[in-house]
Amino acid sequence: MRELTFTAAAREALTEEMARDPSIFVVGEGIGQRGGNFNTTSGLYDLYGPMRLRDTPIVERGFIGMCTGAAMTGTRPIVDFMFVDFILDAMGELINQVAKIQYMSSGRLKMPLILRGSIGITGASATHHSGSYFPMFVNIPGFRVVVPTNAYDAKGLFKTALRGDDPVIFLEHKSLLNSKAQVPEEEYFIPFGQAAVVREGSAATVVAVGSMVRKALEACDALAAEGIAIEVIDPRTLAPLDIPTILASVHKTGRLLIMDETFQPCGIGAEIAAQVVAQGFDDLDAPIMRLNGVYTPTPYSPPLEAAVIPNPTQVLQAIRDLLAE
Amino acid sequence: MNYLALYRQMLEIRRTEEHLAKAHQAGMIPGACHTYVGQEAIATGVCAHLTHDDAVFSTHRGHGHALAKGVPPREVMAELFGRVTGCSRGRGGSMHLFAPEVGMMGTSGIVGPCILQATGAGYSARLLNKGTVGVAFFGDGASNNGAFHEGLNLAAIWDLPVIFVCENNLYATEVPFSYATRNTDMAERASTYGMNAVSVDGNDVLAVYAAAGEGIRRARAGEGPTFLDCKTYRTRAHAEGMPSLGTYRTQEELDAWKARDPITTYRAHLVSEGIASEDEFAQIEREVVAMVEESFEFAKSSPYPDPATVAEHVYSDG
Repeated sequence: MRELTFTAAAREALTEEMARDPSIFVVGEGIGQRGGNFNTTSGLYDLYGPMRLRDTPIVERGFIGMCTGAAMTGTRPIVDFMFVDFILDAMGELINQVAKIQYMSSGRLKMPLILRGSIGITGASATHHSGSYFPMFVNIPGFRVVVPTNAYDAKGLFKTALRGDDPVIFLEHKSLLNSKAQVPEEEYFIPFGQAAVVREGSAATVVAVGSMVRKALEACDALAAEGIAIEVIDPRTLAPLDIPTILASVHKTGRLLIMDETFQPCGIGAEIAAQVVAQGFDDLDAPIMRLNGVYTPTPYSPPLEAAVIPNPTQVLQAIRDLLAE
Repeated sequence: MNYLALYRQMLEIRRTEEHLAKAHQAGMIPGACHTYVGQEAIATGVCAHLTHDDAVFSTHRGHGHALAKGVPPREVMAELFGRVTGCSRGRGGSMHLFAPEVGMMGTSGIVGPCILQATGAGYSARLLNKGTVGVAFFGDGASNNGAFHEGLNLAAIWDLPVIFVCENNLYATEVPFSYATRNTDMAERASTYGMNAVSVDGNDVLAVYAAAGEGIRRARAGEGPTFLDCKTYRTRAHAEGMPSLGTYRTQEELDAWKARDPITTYRAHLVSEGIASEDEFAQIEREVVAMVEESFEFAKSSPYPDPATVAEHVYSDG
């Protein structure tokens, strides 16, 4: 089977859906002829033209508010925001309008608006180009929050986002954009709310989010050499969150560690832990543990940047600590 | 030109608002109530040109826009009473009126977003070649918000079919426009974004009707957005339960604007021009009052929403 990068797979989903549905259009800074800062739209301008690949001024609140109105009136806008940090200017539009309009209109309006772009700490991007922020979006009723971790999932989840009627925050970790995976030629969809068990094991369960999936798998390779089999779960979507798959794994392993680059307080790990305690308390043989990035703005200097995200030694140690409980 | 239809629409808004004000005083409205009294000519003059396919977006003072766009008074009243028969099924109240079936795409408790959303409706209209327009109603208070500048700029650079209707009633809640803005020429501010911008007497329904008609004609013809600077005044308080004068305006000012009431001045104009007779006005008055009273009874006797439905419609699948 052919291999595609994460970005190429997501772009393939986009171009397939744009060919199929003339109501889809993309807005963003440099997403027209330039093809996007991360090549998210390269080649599409020549196919679909300026109305559907719409370069914007630097006005995140403005174009997100505009796309909100467009989504209410028969089109399917995609905001290609480049860095998630940039759409913090539009939080009022997102939380007060985008997330609430289906509810406020008692379901008579739909909100097929996709916001997609990069997240994550890597490459000395410093504090205004390194955010992830997905726990904030998960906290708000109305959003779908998608965090794909490989090319196959990126395409299947993006296709699902493009066919749905809910607002989707589609977050692409910068460290994964050039990673390759096998992607079939045939059309496929990955439903929201369906976690992937990316590695099977019995000694403990690791739920890893975004960039932590790859790090968790590397640590598990090292432990496998010692005869320890760890189960790794990638939730893929954080809203909806597939708790049953996590509960089933904890039922088998009795131990749970949640790894997430974003901040620990009120984070996705806290939510997963609370739900597992409430529904799977009797299965637990050890306290639930979490491994997160350091609770600080993201610094620039490489040694400082490296110090805020969990490194391979810390990941391995966190799993060993859990096993020792 | 249906002169009496404009009159009837303004009167429907006025009588509905008066009923709502009384209901608020009687404790029948559990939340806020921002009336449109004094500004009726604007929604009426603009919406007379619109079909249900045109999309209206509004702000917290939106009852008049919903009514003029075709939401029945009974559904507006029921919404404020928190009933399941309300236009938002009891999920919205005074500041969140939704009736997409007639192109009332929502009012908002936040000042400004309607400007951006109407711009988006204009984008949809162009992309899908619908021939429709997006219309934003907002007050002078919104004109100092980033959404105003961002929305006007986007509509201008992309020549979108959007009508920006600023209802300049001189006060943002109780902060004077003249205090909040160095350049108080609203049309000039809008025109700096490179769009057609017109100042109009917002208490003269025929003037609003003419200016809106030209703007909407331009928009439908692909000639880009228009900004209407409608000078007006709300003669009641910012919200029911607040003082109508407060610390920010004088009795003399209020009286001067009441003397320019859009409904009574229009009626006098139609009589003096021989366009309509007092008998016709009396007939309209009877019909509107009867309809509003029936709407009030409907709202009052409607059931509340079932609490079991509280989490429905958060997502599109129910």
